[in-house]
Amino acid sequence: MSRLEILRFALRGLAANKLRSFLTTLGILIGVAAVILLVAFGEGASQSIQQSIQRLGANTLTISASFAGGGGGAGGGRVSAGQNAGPRTQARSLTLEDARALTDREQVPSVRSVSPVVTANSATAVHEGASHPIAQLVGTYPSYFEATNKPVESGTYFVNDDVIAARKVMVIGRTVAEGLFGTADPVGKPVSVSGVPFTVIGVLKESGSTGMQDADDVAIVPLPAVQQSLTGFGALGSIIVQATGADATDSAQAEVTAVLNQRHGITPTGTADYRILNQATLQETVSSTIGIFTALLGAVAAISLLVGGIGITNIMLVTVTERTREIGIRKAIGAPRSAILGQFLLEATVLSLVGGLVGVAIAFAGTRFTIAGISPVLVPSSIALALGVSVGIGLFFGGYPANRAAKLRPIEALRHE
Amino acid sequence: MTVPVLSLKDITKVYGRGDAEVRALRGVSLSVERGDYVAIMGASGSGKSTLMNILGCLDVPTSGRYHIDGTDVGSLDERRLAVLRNRKIGFVFQSFNLIPRMSALANVELPMAYGGVGAADRRARALAALEQVGLSDRVRHEPNELSGGQQQRVAVARALVTAPALLLADEPTGNLDTASTEDVLGILDGLSASGRTIVIITHEDDVAAHTKRVIRLVDGQIIEDRRQAPVDGLPPRMPEVIA
Repeated sequence: MSRLEILRFALRGLAANKLRSFLTTLGILIGVAAVILLVAFGEGASQSIQQSIQRLGANTLTISASFAGGGGGAGGGRVSAGQNAGPRTQARSLTLEDARALTDREQVPSVRSVSPVVTANSATAVHEGASHPIAQLVGTYPSYFEATNKPVESGTYFVNDDVIAARKVMVIGRTVAEGLFGTADPVGKPVSVSGVPFTVIGVLKESGSTGMQDADDVAIVPLPAVQQSLTGFGALGSIIVQATGADATDSAQAEVTAVLNQRHGITPTGTADYRILNQATLQETVSSTIGIFTALLGAVAAISLLVGGIGITNIMLVTVTERTREIGIRKAIGAPRSAILGQFLLEATVLSLVGGLVGVAIAFAGTRFTIAGISPVLVPSSIALALGVSVGIGLFFGGYPANRAAKLRPIEALRHE
Repeated sequence: MTVPVLSLKDITKVYGRGDAEVRALRGVSLSVERGDYVAIMGASGSGKSTLMNILGCLDVPTSGRYHIDGTDVGSLDERRLAVLRNRKIGFVFQSFNLIPRMSALANVELPMAYGGVGAADRRARALAALEQVGLSDRVRHEPNELSGGQQQRVAVARALVTAPALLLADEPTGNLDTASTEDVLGILDGLSASGRTIVIITHEDDVAAHTKRVIRLVDGQIIEDRRQAPVDGLPPRMPEVIA
């Protein structure tokens, strides 16, 4: 008795009850499609968030002052040098001198550029009667554009001379440009911010909104220009440090910590009065969070796959009971136990395999659509896993009914009505 | 003298234990030669169904020895019993027992599929067997599209297609009308005339009249063993059938 023959019997058995076979298959189909689709959406979400983080600037460290007594270090990616180590007596804010110290090639060789940043929040810009509240008015150095990955689309960047001369020039984001100028070209136009006149020299390339915050609702001006007119020459809001490469962020962080500890007089056991946000660490944290999220989604889908498997057991048990007499006939005319076992096992496996394959096909089709702004990314291992599991389910959940069929004694089976 | 097709020595079969013990067979000894045509008769409860199950290797005796075509059945495991049923025995049941939703041809091919016969050979032999029972024009029909007599003829074709040493028929005409009964018995007579060994379990005298030898079973014991025609002769009713 060849295997092909047993397969033919199995297929014939399934074809005899098409609707039932189809419905049983549906359970596995939904399970497999759900596993692949949900994992693909998780992966898509993960990749899009990674890209958003990347867009914030590559290989950067953001140093900001920490006055909160060390209690604010719970956020993802925040790395502060020693927290909760007792009250600080003298918390110093970040200064321009700190930023200059970080440009010392000998002490911080892993740092490529340093951009001191002051931020004036909710400054309102006015142009010929049109006004727009700028969410973020940033005063900084030209290296900021590269470090934070904000290329200019039209017009120019401001340069070091503009910083030295404290020229009132401004590079604005797309949202600001539309708010003030509509469709007109803003380059060269005057804008007044809180009564201080600036000239627009460039418009940033649109970077898209990341979550709640509109990354295009921004204006970037030379550091002294904003200090003179809006924020005063006080402390810096933050310092953005770009490392020389992706591998150098950790060493850059160590070097920056050493320099700042020395300048701020922080002992190895003391609590730092600043904190460093490491882009790479943030990325790791976010991706591990999303990994957990994806695993959860996959687990929920896997449960539906399991339910599908139980459906197969159920229907195979019904089939075996219903076909007891047929099994008796087959045994009476000489079918060995292995042939009966093989036939019912194959019926179950064919059901689950067909369900699995159609499920994969549906998942392929489903991942072509973008849902809620997330374009799913197929994960090959999830396809292999879902298919493998569906075949395994056929063998495992079909095993009990098939074994029961094979063990039937022919005289009892023949007597069955 | 050749080895008998069937040889039973002191076969007993006991069901249940203790108070519920039922002795279905109480020492049956029997020998059937090649080419014989035997009717085993008895009222219900006489043990003839039990004997049929044992003869067909569907059940094992409690004690005694049973040889079929020289093979000692008692020493075989389940797998070998299945092979034995496939090669040596052809079954015809009272309720036909064809597999539903399979064509007559597929039903007849089935024992050969389990016997490992190649597809082309199988088809040819199945068609020949169906022709022998006069159903060449019904090979594509499924059992529910056939009359009772036709279904039983398909079952006979299925039983003889493997050229078994023994054709075992359990009340083959029990569910058939008179005309179909004559058809089926005619076919069995023809098979006997061509040398097949046939054992029929029945309670009808009309059926027993077709056979060469009648064995009567009462309370699990043989009380009569009467020969109606010689083993190598024609079945007694054969001339009528031809006429």
